[in-house]
Amino acid sequence: MSTDVVVTGLGATTPLGGDVASTWDALLEGRSGVRRIDAEWVERHQLPVQIAAPLAVDPSEVLPRVQARRMDRCEQVALIAAKEAWAHAGLGSGEDMQVEPERLAVVIGTGIGGAVTLLNQDDLLENDGLRKVSPLTVPMLMPNGPAAYVGLELGAQGGVHAPVSACASGAEALAWALRLLRAGEVDVVVAGGAEACITGITVAGFVQARTLSQRNDDPQRASRPFDVNRDGFVLGEGAGIMVLERAEFAAARGATVHGRLAGAGITADAYHITGPEPEGIGQSRAIAAAVRNAGLEPADIGHVNCHATSTVAGDVGETRAVRKALGDHPVLTAPKSALGHLVGAAGSVESIITLLSIRDGVIPATLNLEELDPGVELDVVAGEPRKMELTAAVSDSFGFGGHNVAVAFTKV
Amino acid sequence: MADNTEILAGLAEIVEEVAGIDTADVTAEKSFVDDLDIDSLSMVEIAVQAEDKFGVKIPDDQLAELKTVGDAVDYIAKNQ
Repeated sequence: MSTDVVVTGLGATTPLGGDVASTWDALLEGRSGVRRIDAEWVERHQLPVQIAAPLAVDPSEVLPRVQARRMDRCEQVALIAAKEAWAHAGLGSGEDMQVEPERLAVVIGTGIGGAVTLLNQDDLLENDGLRKVSPLTVPMLMPNGPAAYVGLELGAQGGVHAPVSACASGAEALAWALRLLRAGEVDVVVAGGAEACITGITVAGFVQARTLSQRNDDPQRASRPFDVNRDGFVLGEGAGIMVLERAEFAAARGATVHGRLAGAGITADAYHITGPEPEGIGQSRAIAAAVRNAGLEPADIGHVNCHATSTVAGDVGETRAVRKALGDHPVLTAPKSALGHLVGAAGSVESIITLLSIRDGVIPATLNLEELDPGVELDVVAGEPRKMELTAAVSDSFGFGGHNVAVAFTKV
Repeated sequence: MADNTEILAGLAEIVEEVAGIDTADVTAEKSFVDDLDIDSLSMVEIAVQAEDKFGVKIPDDQLAELKTVGDAVDYIAKNQ
């Protein structure tokens, strides 16, 4: 049995668009999803951060009202992206579903999960008492909720998993999906990440950790990975989902293949709970492992879609890790300059972008890169998208907790 | 005090809000579970809203006995 794994479906809802096509178009056009937040809690708590990257299309415009009211926003975005990916893969439904339910798994991670539900329901308990607490509280706040709701919608009975590794969750989900498929445990996996936690306490928590940009007077220029004047990331929300299949299974059903998930590497820093190890050793090991796992050589990787969040500490360290693992040739980009930081969804949305870069032979530009940090000794795409024939590329994702995940994609 | 027709109309509004079922389909003979496909979590929400709307108490052991919309209307009419 071949261990090749292919990508047959893509779905996303992001600050740039309500689906994959609109997100990709906006990225290539150099648009930013960052804007001022007009929520009352910004004013009430005098937060020094008044910007974020909210969804371009609110879930309430897409999901039926009754379905939406039973779900936390992070579950809603997972379901929206998964439905797009499933339709894109053409796997059908009901009697016509082309995969046995027992051979279909879901792996969808989240960084924070249903935090907003937890806060809202706690307010109800404190102010109005037990009777007003929703019986749906637990299924709305549990971090396996996004995966579980997608599994329920699709009828997946081959296992539903929810890896949680902060900002690496979405990428880690793809890595686990790859393992399940290679092991032959299932034929199809719906995998990715979801996040929707733009609210007072998360913004306040990231503010106190000194990680967010405070460029409130110029939101669209706030997220500026690799630029000397970067001052932190911008919190975003969204979901990115891939349908992955054993290559043989996809070929047998005549599926359209958009690329190959060729390898993944997962390491941990064991260095500090939030700060990345400054030499990027653990990150470098993850990138190298992904390339090895894909059966490729460092020279094969033409492009790295960076985690680069626009924090002072993180961005330069990552470029050291890339150089250590791959050498000086990979061309970099940092999509968080346009999307903001989608936390648990970042790795999967950026994996979709990486795959599309290979498929279409074009790398989106890093926005707001006006003066490259002198610590960055690699070629970063800025200004305009760059046309480039790619056979293989890597997407990096790192998370609080010292999680490092790299995934490698190749052309069909 | 609401009469049975008013209770049915009020209950139908709650069921529509919680479970998305058209108010016209919420009729006395319908079973919440078998006909309207309402799960136990939604039944708790419906009961809490009905308590507020009609000023009744619906303890859990009573709620379990309310199989049809008509059962609920009768219970509310007797206990309001």
